[in-house]
Amino acid sequence: MRKYSVFALAREALRAHKGWEQQWTSPEPKAEYDVIIVGAGGHGLATAYYLAKEHGITNVAVLEKGWLGGGNTGRNTTIIRSNYLYDESAGIYEHAVKLWEGLSQDLNYNVMYSARGVMMLAHNIHDVQVFKRHIHANRLNGIDNEWLTPEQVKEFCPPINLSADARYPIIGAALQRRGGTARHDAVAWGYARAAADRGVHIIQNCEVTGIRRAPNGAVIGVDTNRGPINAKKVGVVAAGHTSVIMNMAGVRMPLESYPLQALVSEPVKPLIPCVIMSNTVHAYISQSDKGEMVIGAGTDQYTSYSQTGGLHIINHTLDAICEMFPVLTRLKMLRSWGGIVDVTPDRSPILAKTPVPGLYVNCGWGTGGFKATPGSGNVFAHTIARDEPHRINAPFTIERFTTGRLIDEAAAAAVAH
Amino acid sequence: MKPLLRPLRTDIQETRQTMLLIKCPYCDEERPELEFRNAGEAHLVRSSSIVEQSDDDFAAFLYFRQNPKGLQFERWRHIHGCGRFFNAVRDSVSDKFLTVYKAGEPRPNVEQFVVQPAAPVEPGEEPQAKPARGAKKAEV
Repeated sequence: MRKYSVFALAREALRAHKGWEQQWTSPEPKAEYDVIIVGAGGHGLATAYYLAKEHGITNVAVLEKGWLGGGNTGRNTTIIRSNYLYDESAGIYEHAVKLWEGLSQDLNYNVMYSARGVMMLAHNIHDVQVFKRHIHANRLNGIDNEWLTPEQVKEFCPPINLSADARYPIIGAALQRRGGTARHDAVAWGYARAAADRGVHIIQNCEVTGIRRAPNGAVIGVDTNRGPINAKKVGVVAAGHTSVIMNMAGVRMPLESYPLQALVSEPVKPLIPCVIMSNTVHAYISQSDKGEMVIGAGTDQYTSYSQTGGLHIINHTLDAICEMFPVLTRLKMLRSWGGIVDVTPDRSPILAKTPVPGLYVNCGWGTGGFKATPGSGNVFAHTIARDEPHRINAPFTIERFTTGRLIDEAAAAAVAH
Repeated sequence: MKPLLRPLRTDIQETRQTMLLIKCPYCDEERPELEFRNAGEAHLVRSSSIVEQSDDDFAAFLYFRQNPKGLQFERWRHIHGCGRFFNAVRDSVSDKFLTVYKAGEPRPNVEQFVVQPAAPVEPGEEPQAKPARGAKKAEV
Protein backbone atom coordinates (compact mmCIF):
# COMPACT_ATOMS: atom_id res chain seq x y z
CA MET A 1 0.00 0.00 0.00
CA ARG A 2 1.38 3.38 -0.94
CA LYS A 3 1.02 5.87 1.85
CA TYR A 4 -1.10 8.92 1.41
CA SER A 5 0.89 12.08 2.06
CA VAL A 6 1.37 15.57 0.78
CA PHE A 7 4.22 14.24 -1.37
CA ALA A 8 1.98 11.58 -2.90
CA LEU A 9 -0.57 14.28 -3.64
CA ALA A 10 2.06 16.46 -5.28
CA ARG A 11 3.40 13.52 -7.30
CA GLU A 12 -0.06 12.60 -8.54
CA ALA A 13 -0.90 16.21 -9.29
CA LEU A 14 1.98 16.17 -11.76
CA ARG A 15 0.82 12.84 -13.26
CA ALA A 16 -2.81 13.80 -13.80
CA HIS A 17 -3.77 11.54 -10.87
CA LYS A 18 -3.20 8.37 -12.86
CA GLY A 19 -1.04 6.65 -10.27
CA TRP A 20 -3.51 6.18 -7.42
CA GLU A 21 -3.97 2.51 -6.65
CA GLN A 22 -7.16 0.77 -5.57
CA GLN A 23 -7.78 1.25 -1.88
CA TRP A 24 -8.61 -2.39 -1.31
CA THR A 25 -8.76 -5.50 -3.48
CA SER A 26 -11.75 -7.75 -4.08
CA PRO A 27 -10.32 -11.28 -3.87
CA GLU A 28 -12.20 -14.50 -4.47
CA PRO A 29 -13.06 -16.18 -1.17
CA LYS A 30 -10.63 -18.85 -0.03
CA ALA A 31 -11.84 -22.23 1.20
CA GLU A 32 -10.82 -21.50 4.76
CA TYR A 33 -9.95 -18.61 7.06
CA ASP A 34 -8.91 -18.34 10.68
CA VAL A 35 -11.63 -15.79 11.36
CA ILE A 36 -14.69 -14.74 9.40
CA ILE A 37 -16.39 -11.46 10.21
CA VAL A 38 -20.01 -11.25 9.03
CA GLY A 39 -20.73 -7.68 8.03
CA ALA A 40 -18.39 -5.09 6.48
CA GLY A 41 -19.65 -2.01 8.24
CA GLY A 42 -17.41 0.17 10.37
CA HIS A 43 -17.50 -2.17 13.36
CA GLY A 44 -16.77 -5.31 11.28
CA LEU A 45 -13.94 -3.71 9.32
CA ALA A 46 -12.46 -2.24 12.49
CA THR A 47 -12.57 -5.69 14.08
CA ALA A 48 -10.68 -7.16 11.12
CA TYR A 49 -8.15 -4.32 11.20
CA TYR A 50 -7.37 -4.72 14.90
CA LEU A 51 -7.24 -8.53 14.55
CA ALA A 52 -4.49 -8.03 12.00
CA LYS A 53 -2.74 -5.11 13.64
CA GLU A 54 -2.83 -5.98 17.33
CA HIS A 55 -3.22 -9.75 17.36
CA GLY A 56 -1.32 -10.82 14.24
CA ILE A 57 -4.32 -12.67 12.82
CA THR A 58 -4.30 -11.77 9.14
CA ASN A 59 -6.03 -14.82 7.64
CA VAL A 60 -9.36 -13.04 8.00
CA ALA A 61 -12.33 -12.54 5.69
CA VAL A 62 -14.99 -9.88 6.09
CA LEU A 63 -18.15 -11.00 4.31
CA GLU A 64 -20.67 -8.38 3.26
CA LYS A 65 -24.12 -8.98 1.77
CA GLY A 66 -24.16 -5.66 -0.06
CA TRP A 67 -21.33 -3.18 -0.43
CA LEU A 68 -19.02 -2.19 2.41
CA GLY A 69 -20.21 0.65 4.59
CA GLY A 70 -23.63 0.53 2.93
CA GLY A 71 -25.61 -0.25 6.05
CA ASN A 72 -25.84 1.82 9.19
CA THR A 73 -22.24 3.03 8.76
CA GLY A 74 -23.44 4.99 5.74
CA ARG A 75 -26.78 5.97 7.24
CA ASN A 76 -26.01 7.53 10.62
CA THR A 77 -25.61 11.14 11.68
CA THR A 78 -21.89 10.72 12.49
CA ILE A 79 -22.02 12.00 16.05
CA ILE A 80 -19.19 11.11 18.44
CA ARG A 81 -19.35 11.52 22.21
CA SER A 82 -18.60 9.52 25.35
CA ASN A 83 -20.61 11.31 28.05
CA TYR A 84 -22.49 8.21 29.20
CA LEU A 85 -23.61 7.79 32.79
CA TYR A 86 -22.54 4.31 33.82
CA ASP A 87 -18.94 3.23 34.31
CA GLU A 88 -19.26 0.36 31.82
CA SER A 89 -20.59 2.60 29.05
CA ALA A 90 -18.15 5.38 29.84
CA GLY A 91 -15.35 2.82 29.56
CA ILE A 92 -16.19 1.60 26.08
CA TYR A 93 -17.28 4.91 24.54
CA GLU A 94 -14.28 6.76 25.99
CA HIS A 95 -12.01 4.00 24.67
CA ALA A 96 -13.51 4.79 21.27
CA VAL A 97 -13.07 8.57 21.58
CA LYS A 98 -9.40 8.09 22.50
CA LEU A 99 -8.96 5.99 19.36
CA TRP A 100 -10.87 8.55 17.26
CA GLU A 101 -8.35 11.18 18.29
CA GLY A 102 -5.49 9.35 16.58
CA LEU A 103 -7.42 7.39 13.98
CA SER A 104 -6.54 9.37 10.86
CA GLN A 105 -2.82 8.97 11.61
CA ASP A 106 -3.22 5.31 12.58
CA LEU A 107 -5.06 4.42 9.35
CA ASN A 108 -3.17 6.91 7.13
CA TYR A 109 -6.65 7.96 6.04
CA ASN A 110 -8.39 11.22 6.83
CA VAL A 111 -11.55 10.25 8.71
CA MET A 112 -12.20 13.95 9.33
CA TYR A 113 -12.73 13.56 13.07
CA SER A 114 -13.82 17.00 14.13
CA ALA A 115 -13.93 17.65 17.88
CA ARG A 116 -16.36 20.51 17.51
CA GLY A 117 -18.20 19.77 20.76
CA VAL A 118 -21.47 18.04 21.56
CA MET A 119 -23.91 20.26 23.43
CA MET A 120 -26.96 18.74 25.11
CA LEU A 121 -29.61 21.33 25.88
CA ALA A 122 -31.52 21.48 29.16
CA HIS A 123 -35.08 22.82 28.95
CA ASN A 124 -36.41 22.06 32.44
CA ILE A 125 -35.29 21.31 35.97
CA HIS A 126 -35.27 17.58 35.32
CA ASP A 127 -32.85 18.06 32.41
CA VAL A 128 -30.60 20.21 34.59
CA GLN A 129 -30.47 17.60 37.34
CA VAL A 130 -29.88 14.72 34.94
CA PHE A 131 -27.15 16.51 33.00
CA LYS A 132 -25.36 17.69 36.13
CA ARG A 133 -25.41 14.13 37.41
CA HIS A 134 -23.95 13.01 34.09
CA ILE A 135 -21.27 15.70 34.26
CA HIS A 136 -20.18 14.59 37.73
CA ALA A 137 -20.23 10.91 36.77
CA ASN A 138 -18.24 11.64 33.60
CA ARG A 139 -15.61 13.62 35.51
CA LEU A 140 -15.17 10.76 37.96
CA ASN A 141 -14.45 8.59 34.92
CA GLY A 142 -11.97 11.11 33.50
CA ILE A 143 -14.30 12.20 30.70
CA ASP A 144 -14.64 15.88 29.88
CA ASN A 145 -18.12 17.31 30.28
CA GLU A 146 -19.04 20.74 31.58
CA TRP A 147 -22.07 22.81 32.46
CA LEU A 148 -22.90 25.92 30.42
CA THR A 149 -25.18 28.76 31.46
CA PRO A 150 -27.62 30.09 28.83
CA GLU A 151 -25.20 32.94 28.07
CA GLN A 152 -22.37 30.48 27.53
CA VAL A 153 -24.67 28.40 25.30
CA LYS A 154 -25.34 31.43 23.14
CA GLU A 155 -21.65 32.25 23.01
CA PHE A 156 -20.73 28.71 22.01
CA CYS A 157 -23.53 28.41 19.47
CA PRO A 158 -24.80 31.83 18.27
CA PRO A 159 -27.82 30.72 16.19
CA ILE A 160 -29.55 29.20 19.20
CA ASN A 161 -32.89 30.78 20.17
CA LEU A 162 -32.66 32.04 23.76
CA SER A 163 -35.70 34.32 23.69
CA ALA A 164 -38.05 34.20 26.66
CA ASP A 165 -41.05 33.37 24.50
CA ALA A 166 -39.48 30.24 23.01
CA ARG A 167 -41.77 27.29 23.52
CA TYR A 168 -38.91 25.25 24.98
CA PRO A 169 -36.70 27.72 26.86
CA ILE A 170 -33.01 26.82 27.20
CA ILE A 171 -31.82 27.03 30.78
CA GLY A 172 -28.39 25.55 30.31
CA ALA A 173 -26.50 22.77 28.59
CA ALA A 174 -23.93 20.05 29.08
CA LEU A 175 -20.97 20.34 26.73
CA GLN A 176 -18.45 17.66 25.83
CA ARG A 177 -15.78 19.53 23.90
CA ARG A 178 -14.02 16.38 22.65
CA GLY A 179 -17.27 15.17 21.13
CA GLY A 180 -18.01 15.96 17.52
CA THR A 181 -18.36 14.27 14.18
CA ALA A 182 -16.37 12.22 11.67
CA ARG A 183 -16.84 11.38 8.02
CA HIS A 184 -18.72 8.08 8.18
CA ASP A 185 -17.80 6.73 4.74
CA ALA A 186 -14.14 7.56 5.27
CA VAL A 187 -14.21 5.48 8.45
CA ALA A 188 -15.38 2.40 6.55
CA TRP A 189 -13.00 3.05 3.65
CA GLY A 190 -10.06 3.82 5.90
CA TYR A 191 -10.49 0.63 7.92
CA ALA A 192 -11.07 -1.38 4.73
CA ARG A 193 -7.89 -0.05 3.12
CA ALA A 194 -5.76 -0.55 6.22
CA ALA A 195 -7.17 -4.04 6.86
CA ALA A 196 -6.76 -5.13 3.23
CA ASP A 197 -3.18 -3.87 3.37
CA ARG A 198 -2.52 -6.29 6.22
CA GLY A 199 -3.93 -9.22 4.25
CA VAL A 200 -7.59 -9.20 5.25
CA HIS A 201 -9.96 -10.31 2.48
CA ILE A 202 -12.97 -8.04 2.05
CA ILE A 203 -15.59 -9.95 0.10
CA GLN A 204 -18.62 -7.92 -0.96
CA ASN A 205 -21.86 -9.24 -2.44
CA CYS A 206 -21.39 -12.35 -0.33
CA GLU A 207 -24.44 -13.10 1.79
CA VAL A 208 -24.17 -15.53 4.68
CA THR A 209 -27.05 -18.02 4.45
CA GLY A 210 -26.09 -20.45 7.18
CA ILE A 211 -23.64 -21.13 9.98
CA ARG A 212 -21.89 -24.50 9.74
CA ARG A 213 -21.29 -26.41 12.94
CA ALA A 214 -19.42 -29.56 13.91
CA PRO A 215 -21.22 -32.45 15.66
CA ASN A 216 -19.99 -31.06 19.00
CA GLY A 217 -21.74 -27.77 18.20
CA ALA A 218 -18.64 -25.67 17.51
CA VAL A 219 -18.59 -23.35 14.55
CA ILE A 220 -16.67 -24.63 11.52
CA GLY A 221 -17.66 -22.04 8.95
CA VAL A 222 -20.48 -20.39 7.07
CA ASP A 223 -22.62 -21.04 4.01
CA THR A 224 -22.82 -18.17 1.58
CA ASN A 225 -24.34 -17.43 -1.79
CA ARG A 226 -20.80 -17.96 -3.13
CA GLY A 227 -20.43 -21.36 -1.52
CA PRO A 228 -19.35 -22.64 1.88
CA ILE A 229 -16.33 -21.08 3.59
CA ASN A 230 -14.65 -22.75 6.54
CA ALA A 231 -13.47 -20.82 9.56
CA LYS A 232 -12.27 -21.57 13.06
CA LYS A 233 -14.05 -18.54 14.45
CA VAL A 234 -16.96 -16.44 13.24
CA GLY A 235 -17.72 -12.94 14.50
CA VAL A 236 -21.20 -11.62 13.74
CA VAL A 237 -21.28 -7.83 13.31
CA ALA A 238 -24.53 -7.56 11.40
CA ALA A 239 -26.33 -4.67 13.16
CA GLY A 240 -30.05 -4.82 12.34
CA HIS A 241 -29.77 -8.33 10.89
CA THR A 242 -28.04 -9.86 13.91
CA SER A 243 -31.17 -11.75 14.97
CA VAL A 244 -31.42 -13.29 11.49
CA ILE A 245 -27.77 -14.43 11.43
CA MET A 246 -27.77 -15.70 15.02
CA ASN A 247 -30.96 -17.64 14.30
CA MET A 248 -28.90 -19.64 11.77
CA ALA A 249 -26.89 -20.91 14.73
CA GLY A 250 -29.99 -21.46 16.84
CA VAL A 251 -29.19 -18.58 19.19
CA ARG A 252 -32.03 -16.24 20.11
CA MET A 253 -31.02 -12.70 20.95
CA PRO A 254 -32.45 -10.02 23.25
CA LEU A 255 -32.80 -7.72 20.25
CA GLU A 256 -35.48 -5.95 18.27
CA SER A 257 -34.79 -4.23 14.95
CA TYR A 258 -36.32 -0.81 14.42
CA PRO A 259 -36.14 1.71 11.58
CA LEU A 260 -34.19 4.85 12.47
CA GLN A 261 -34.48 7.76 10.09
CA ALA A 262 -32.29 10.75 9.40
CA LEU A 263 -32.37 13.59 6.94
CA VAL A 264 -30.22 16.38 5.53
CA SER A 265 -31.02 19.83 4.25
CA GLU A 266 -29.72 21.66 1.23
CA PRO A 267 -26.14 22.86 1.82
CA VAL A 268 -25.76 26.34 3.26
CA LYS A 269 -22.94 28.51 4.58
CA PRO A 270 -21.44 27.54 7.96
CA LEU A 271 -24.03 28.28 10.61
CA ILE A 272 -24.05 25.67 13.37
CA PRO A 273 -20.55 25.24 14.81
CA CYS A 274 -21.18 22.18 17.01
CA VAL A 275 -23.45 19.20 17.52
CA ILE A 276 -26.64 20.13 19.36
CA MET A 277 -28.89 17.57 20.99
CA SER A 278 -32.13 18.11 22.82
CA ASN A 279 -33.61 15.07 24.45
CA THR A 280 -36.68 16.89 25.72
CA VAL A 281 -37.68 18.48 22.43
CA HIS A 282 -36.25 15.36 20.83
CA ALA A 283 -33.99 16.08 17.92
CA TYR A 284 -30.33 16.58 17.19
CA ILE A 285 -28.53 18.54 14.53
CA SER A 286 -25.08 19.26 13.21
CA GLN A 287 -23.74 20.76 10.01
CA SER A 288 -21.63 18.66 7.69
CA ASP A 289 -18.53 19.98 6.00
CA LYS A 290 -20.57 20.15 2.80
CA GLY A 291 -22.92 22.56 4.57
CA GLU A 292 -25.91 20.26 4.94
CA MET A 293 -27.81 20.27 8.20
CA VAL A 294 -27.71 16.65 9.40
CA ILE A 295 -30.80 15.94 11.47
CA GLY A 296 -32.07 12.94 13.39
CA ALA A 297 -34.27 11.89 16.27
CA GLY A 298 -35.87 8.69 17.52
CA THR A 299 -36.86 5.39 15.95
CA ASP A 300 -40.21 4.40 14.54
CA GLN A 301 -42.35 2.55 17.05
CA TYR A 302 -42.57 -0.84 15.32
CA THR A 303 -39.95 -3.42 14.41
CA SER A 304 -39.08 -3.61 10.74
CA TYR A 305 -36.38 -4.57 8.24
CA SER A 306 -37.66 -2.21 5.55
CA GLN A 307 -34.96 0.49 5.92
CA THR A 308 -37.67 3.11 5.74
CA GLY A 309 -40.09 4.61 8.22
CA GLY A 310 -43.07 6.85 8.63
CA LEU A 311 -43.09 10.43 7.42
CA HIS A 312 -44.67 11.63 10.66
CA ILE A 313 -41.44 10.75 12.50
CA ILE A 314 -39.48 13.13 10.27
CA ASN A 315 -42.22 15.70 10.64
CA HIS A 316 -41.98 15.54 14.41
CA THR A 317 -38.21 15.85 14.22
CA LEU A 318 -38.44 18.97 12.08
CA ASP A 319 -41.05 20.45 14.43
CA ALA A 320 -38.43 20.28 17.16
CA ILE A 321 -35.64 21.67 14.96
CA CYS A 322 -37.77 24.64 13.91
CA GLU A 323 -38.64 25.38 17.54
CA MET A 324 -34.98 25.43 18.50
CA PHE A 325 -33.71 27.19 15.35
CA PRO A 326 -36.33 29.53 13.86
CA VAL A 327 -33.58 30.56 11.42
CA LEU A 328 -33.86 27.15 9.77
CA THR A 329 -37.61 27.19 9.12
CA ARG A 330 -37.22 28.14 5.44
CA LEU A 331 -34.52 25.58 4.74
CA LYS A 332 -35.35 22.88 2.19
CA MET A 333 -34.75 19.28 3.13
CA LEU A 334 -32.74 17.45 0.51
CA ARG A 335 -33.23 13.79 1.32
CA SER A 336 -34.17 11.39 4.10
CA TRP A 337 -33.42 7.73 4.64
CA GLY A 338 -33.73 4.94 7.14
CA GLY A 339 -31.49 2.29 8.64
CA ILE A 340 -32.32 -0.77 10.72
CA VAL A 341 -30.97 -0.57 14.24
CA ASP A 342 -30.78 -3.52 16.64
CA VAL A 343 -31.96 -2.40 20.05
CA THR A 344 -31.37 -4.22 23.34
CA PRO A 345 -33.73 -3.91 26.32
CA ASP A 346 -31.18 -1.84 28.31
CA ARG A 347 -29.94 0.14 25.27
CA SER A 348 -26.38 -1.04 25.82
CA PRO A 349 -24.51 -3.16 23.28
CA ILE A 350 -23.55 -6.81 23.39
CA LEU A 351 -19.89 -7.64 22.63
CA ALA A 352 -19.41 -11.17 23.75
CA LYS A 353 -18.86 -14.85 23.32
CA THR A 354 -22.02 -16.83 22.66
CA PRO A 355 -23.22 -20.24 23.86
CA VAL A 356 -21.86 -21.64 20.56
CA PRO A 357 -18.09 -22.28 20.70
CA GLY A 358 -16.22 -20.18 18.13
CA LEU A 359 -19.17 -17.83 17.55
CA TYR A 360 -18.88 -14.22 18.75
CA VAL A 361 -21.34 -11.40 18.49
CA ASN A 362 -21.02 -7.62 18.41
CA CYS A 363 -24.48 -6.07 18.27
CA GLY A 364 -27.14 -4.11 20.08
CA TRP A 365 -25.63 -0.69 19.40
CA GLY A 366 -29.12 0.52 18.75
CA THR A 367 -29.34 4.14 17.71
CA GLY A 368 -25.78 5.10 18.65
CA GLY A 369 -23.17 2.72 17.28
CA PHE A 370 -21.15 4.95 14.98
CA LYS A 371 -19.37 6.80 17.79
CA ALA A 372 -18.11 3.52 19.19
CA THR A 373 -16.71 2.13 15.92
CA PRO A 374 -12.97 2.11 16.76
CA GLY A 375 -13.42 1.05 20.39
CA SER A 376 -15.92 -1.63 19.51
CA GLY A 377 -13.71 -3.15 16.82
CA ASN A 378 -10.69 -2.93 19.09
CA VAL A 379 -12.13 -4.86 22.04
CA PHE A 380 -14.11 -7.25 19.84
CA ALA A 381 -10.90 -8.22 18.03
CA HIS A 382 -9.40 -8.91 21.46
CA THR A 383 -12.42 -11.05 22.37
CA ILE A 384 -12.12 -13.14 19.21
CA ALA A 385 -8.33 -13.46 19.26
CA ARG A 386 -8.02 -14.43 22.94
CA ASP A 387 -11.41 -16.17 23.25
CA GLU A 388 -12.07 -14.00 26.26
CA PRO A 389 -13.41 -10.47 26.56
CA HIS A 390 -11.24 -7.40 27.02
CA ARG A 391 -11.62 -5.74 30.42
CA ILE A 392 -13.65 -2.99 28.74
CA ASN A 393 -16.27 -5.20 27.09
CA ALA A 394 -16.45 -7.86 29.82
CA PRO A 395 -19.73 -6.43 31.21
CA PHE A 396 -21.43 -6.42 27.80
CA THR A 397 -22.48 -10.08 27.77
CA ILE A 398 -25.67 -11.77 26.58
CA GLU A 399 -25.95 -13.39 30.00
CA ARG A 400 -26.61 -10.04 31.69
CA PHE A 401 -30.23 -10.34 30.56
CA THR A 402 -30.52 -13.57 32.55
CA THR A 403 -28.56 -12.52 35.63
CA GLY A 404 -30.19 -9.10 35.73
CA ARG A 405 -26.85 -7.24 35.74
CA LEU A 406 -28.07 -4.74 33.14
CA ILE A 407 -26.24 -1.60 32.00
CA ASP A 408 -29.38 0.43 31.93
CA GLU A 409 -28.57 3.39 29.70
CA ALA A 410 -32.19 3.17 28.56
CA ALA A 411 -33.17 4.73 31.86
CA ALA A 412 -30.06 6.85 32.34
CA ALA A 413 -29.19 8.26 28.98
CA ALA A 414 -30.57 10.19 26.13
CA VAL A 415 -33.33 8.91 23.93
CA ALA A 416 -31.11 9.89 21.07
CA HIS A 417 -27.47 8.99 20.65
CA MET B 1 -14.68 2.88 -13.97
CA LYS B 2 -16.06 -0.42 -12.79
CA PRO B 3 -19.80 -0.84 -13.16
CA LEU B 4 -21.91 -0.68 -10.05
CA LEU B 5 -21.62 -3.96 -8.19
CA ARG B 6 -25.37 -4.52 -8.08
CA PRO B 7 -28.56 -2.55 -8.46
CA LEU B 8 -29.40 -0.53 -5.43
CA ARG B 9 -31.90 -2.00 -2.96
CA THR B 10 -33.26 -4.90 -4.94
CA ASP B 11 -34.64 -6.30 -1.70
CA ILE B 12 -37.25 -3.57 -1.45
CA GLN B 13 -39.82 -3.45 -4.20
CA GLU B 14 -41.36 -0.16 -3.24
CA THR B 15 -40.34 2.66 -1.01
CA ARG B 16 -42.99 3.75 1.39
CA GLN B 17 -42.80 7.17 2.95
CA THR B 18 -46.07 7.41 4.81
CA MET B 19 -47.32 6.18 8.13
CA LEU B 20 -48.93 2.77 8.54
CA LEU B 21 -52.66 2.33 8.09
CA ILE B 22 -53.88 -0.07 10.73
CA LYS B 23 -57.22 -1.79 11.07
CA CYS B 24 -58.50 -2.10 14.62
CA PRO B 25 -60.51 -5.34 14.89
CA TYR B 26 -62.70 -3.85 17.61
CA CYS B 27 -63.53 -0.60 15.82
CA ASP B 28 -63.50 -2.52 12.53
CA GLU B 29 -61.97 0.47 10.82
CA GLU B 30 -58.64 1.41 9.23
CA ARG B 31 -57.06 4.30 11.09
CA PRO B 32 -53.69 6.09 10.84
CA GLU B 33 -50.71 4.80 12.83
CA LEU B 34 -50.77 7.88 15.07
CA GLU B 35 -53.80 6.44 16.89
CA PHE B 36 -51.93 3.28 17.81
CA ARG B 37 -49.12 2.23 20.10
CA ASN B 38 -47.02 -0.77 19.15
CA ALA B 39 -46.68 -3.19 22.05
CA GLY B 40 -44.06 -5.64 20.85
CA GLU B 41 -44.09 -9.35 20.11
CA ALA B 42 -47.45 -11.07 20.55
CA HIS B 43 -48.31 -14.35 22.27
CA LEU B 44 -45.75 -13.99 25.05
CA VAL B 45 -47.39 -15.64 28.02
CA ARG B 46 -46.24 -14.90 31.54
CA SER B 47 -45.74 -18.05 33.56
CA SER B 48 -48.44 -18.73 36.11
CA SER B 49 -45.76 -19.39 38.72
CA ILE B 50 -42.63 -17.37 38.05
CA VAL B 51 -41.21 -18.59 41.36
CA GLU B 52 -40.75 -22.04 39.89
CA GLN B 53 -39.57 -20.73 36.54
CA SER B 54 -35.87 -20.98 35.75
CA ASP B 55 -33.83 -17.80 35.23
CA ASP B 56 -33.35 -18.76 31.59
CA ASP B 57 -37.06 -19.16 30.98
CA PHE B 58 -37.85 -15.89 32.71
CA ALA B 59 -35.17 -14.07 30.70
CA ALA B 60 -36.64 -15.58 27.54
CA PHE B 61 -40.06 -14.27 28.49
CA LEU B 62 -38.77 -10.87 29.53
CA TYR B 63 -36.07 -10.01 27.02
CA PHE B 64 -35.38 -12.53 24.26
CA ARG B 65 -37.33 -11.99 21.06
CA GLN B 66 -37.79 -13.70 17.71
CA ASN B 67 -37.34 -10.42 15.80
CA PRO B 68 -38.05 -12.22 12.51
CA LYS B 69 -37.34 -10.93 9.04
CA GLY B 70 -40.66 -11.78 7.42
CA LEU B 71 -44.03 -12.53 8.96
CA GLN B 72 -44.31 -11.57 12.57
CA PHE B 73 -47.00 -11.59 15.22
CA GLU B 74 -47.20 -8.37 17.16
CA ARG B 75 -49.43 -6.53 19.61
CA TRP B 76 -50.90 -3.12 19.03
CA ARG B 77 -53.04 -0.91 21.21
CA HIS B 78 -55.61 1.47 19.77
CA ILE B 79 -54.58 3.99 22.38
CA HIS B 80 -56.25 7.05 20.85
CA GLY B 81 -59.37 5.11 19.90
CA CYS B 82 -61.06 2.30 21.76
CA GLY B 83 -57.97 1.81 23.92
CA ARG B 84 -57.93 -1.96 23.50
CA PHE B 85 -55.07 -4.33 22.73
CA PHE B 86 -55.18 -6.54 19.66
CA ASN B 87 -52.78 -8.66 17.63
CA ALA B 88 -51.61 -8.36 14.06
CA VAL B 89 -49.62 -10.31 11.51
CA ARG B 90 -47.26 -8.03 9.62
CA ASP B 91 -44.46 -8.60 7.12
CA SER B 92 -41.43 -6.90 8.66
CA VAL B 93 -39.80 -6.52 5.22
CA SER B 94 -42.64 -4.73 3.41
CA ASP B 95 -44.37 -3.47 6.61
CA LYS B 96 -47.67 -4.68 5.13
CA PHE B 97 -50.33 -6.02 7.49
CA LEU B 98 -51.71 -9.44 6.55
CA THR B 99 -54.41 -9.60 9.19
CA VAL B 100 -55.46 -8.32 12.59
CA TYR B 101 -57.32 -10.25 15.28
CA LYS B 102 -58.65 -9.64 18.76
CA ALA B 103 -56.66 -10.32 21.90
CA GLY B 104 -57.24 -13.83 23.19
CA GLU B 105 -58.01 -15.23 19.76
CA PRO B 106 -55.69 -18.00 18.57
CA ARG B 107 -52.82 -17.33 16.25
CA PRO B 108 -54.16 -17.38 12.66
CA ASN B 109 -52.83 -20.01 10.32
CA VAL B 110 -50.13 -18.19 8.40
CA GLU B 111 -49.96 -20.86 5.70
CA GLN B 112 -52.80 -19.01 4.04
CA PHE B 113 -50.49 -16.07 3.47
CA VAL B 114 -47.84 -16.12 0.82
CA VAL B 115 -44.48 -16.39 2.54
CA GLN B 116 -41.51 -15.04 0.67
CA PRO B 117 -38.27 -16.36 2.06
CA ALA B 118 -35.93 -13.56 2.98
CA ALA B 119 -32.93 -15.29 1.44
CA PRO B 120 -32.49 -18.41 -0.68
CA VAL B 121 -31.36 -21.28 1.51
CA GLU B 122 -28.81 -23.64 0.03
CA PRO B 123 -30.23 -27.17 -0.14
CA GLY B 124 -28.45 -29.75 1.96
CA GLU B 125 -25.62 -29.03 4.40
CA GLU B 126 -28.08 -27.74 6.96
CA PRO B 127 -26.30 -26.80 10.16
CA GLN B 128 -27.01 -28.96 13.14
CA ALA B 129 -29.59 -27.99 15.69
CA LYS B 130 -30.94 -25.38 13.36
CA PRO B 131 -34.48 -24.36 14.18
CA ALA B 132 -37.14 -23.90 11.55
CA ARG B 133 -36.54 -20.70 9.66
CA GLY B 134 -38.97 -17.86 9.47
CA ALA B 135 -41.60 -16.41 11.69
CA LYS B 136 -43.93 -19.35 11.73
CA LYS B 137 -42.28 -21.01 14.67
CA ALA B 138 -44.89 -21.37 17.37
CA GLU B 139 -43.74 -21.22 20.94
CA VAL B 140 -46.91 -20.59 22.91
